[in-house]
Amino acid sequence: MGKVEIINDVETFNGEGFQLAMLDKVIASARANSVWPLPFATSCCGIEYMATMGSNYDLSRFGMERMSFSPRQADLLIVAGTISKKLAPILKQVYEQMAEPKWVLSVGACASSGGIFDTYSVLQGIDRVIPVDVYVPGCPPRPEQILEGIMNIHRLVKHENLRRRYSDEYKHLLNKYHLNEDE
Amino acid sequence: MSNLTNERVLERLTEQFGAAILSSETPYNLLTVEVQTDKTHEIIKWLKEDAELKMSFLTLIGATHYPEQTGRELAVNYHLHSLVHNVRLRLRTFIPIENPNIQSITDIYIGADWQERETYDFFGVNFVGHPNLTRILNEDDMDYFPMRKEYHLEDATREDKDDRYFGR
Repeated sequence: MGKVEIINDVETFNGEGFQLAMLDKVIASARANSVWPLPFATSCCGIEYMATMGSNYDLSRFGMERMSFSPRQADLLIVAGTISKKLAPILKQVYEQMAEPKWVLSVGACASSGGIFDTYSVLQGIDRVIPVDVYVPGCPPRPEQILEGIMNIHRLVKHENLRRRYSDEYKHLLNKYHLNEDE
Repeated sequence: MSNLTNERVLERLTEQFGAAILSSETPYNLLTVEVQTDKTHEIIKWLKEDAELKMSFLTLIGATHYPEQTGRELAVNYHLHSLVHNVRLRLRTFIPIENPNIQSITDIYIGADWQERETYDFFGVNFVGHPNLTRILNEDDMDYFPMRKEYHLEDATREDKDDRYFGR
């Protein structure tokens, strides 16, 4: 057994009786280490995702103990599986109900591009209806790949500017998907 | 175990309906009878009520598209099952694609409701007398019938597929 190393990813300046840190770094670290995911699992990728949550791969090591099955308390939408065109408006509604800041992980070939289902009834990638932050390739991807995708989400969360969600680029992105309620 | 045979079923049907029975075959030992479209409802009702045949279980309704058969492009198939005799029967009738009307059998079998809706959804067969003939599996605003062979199976909105890389 090696020594447990506690990673301190927020740089602090310590003195007697006080500790200084950058507030946005503290917030980003808090967000990244307690992401609440909403699993939107529809098929075999969902089974791999369940294995990722299980004790062998143990997603809860990364502060993701609690799956949020209500979009209103979720930070990360994990779409795992084929999304039919009939399901697309429901996926969009779930995304709209999530509070900012929110991230989207697209797991597997079907969610990312429609996969082998190049047919009239299947949405050819969820990025047709909602913006996606990280894509995980595979059919289905192994739990290690899903974990790597989640680590990439964590990297995004840690380095995201606190004002990004107010930026013109972000508003432009939402407008592209007709998601901006202000417009 | 009764010994109702395919031959006996066909014999009963022919003596009851005569000219409405157009042809018959038995692929894979399944008696398949082509009947007149306007007699289909009457035949299915009679098969259900007949004391000897007792064809009182509707297994499925489906359709097939034969684009090369002008004037009789759509085949509507009814699979019936006599649970008493364990004998199955397939009825089929052909209708033109320009005028795909056929009488609904929801008044005989309530279970035909969803099956007729599905057949309408994918093939556009218009079941006259159905209480709620709307799409059931596809999106409501779809404007075509996807299982007809006049449409491409592939999704039309996909941009990343170049036919040159797929040998087409």
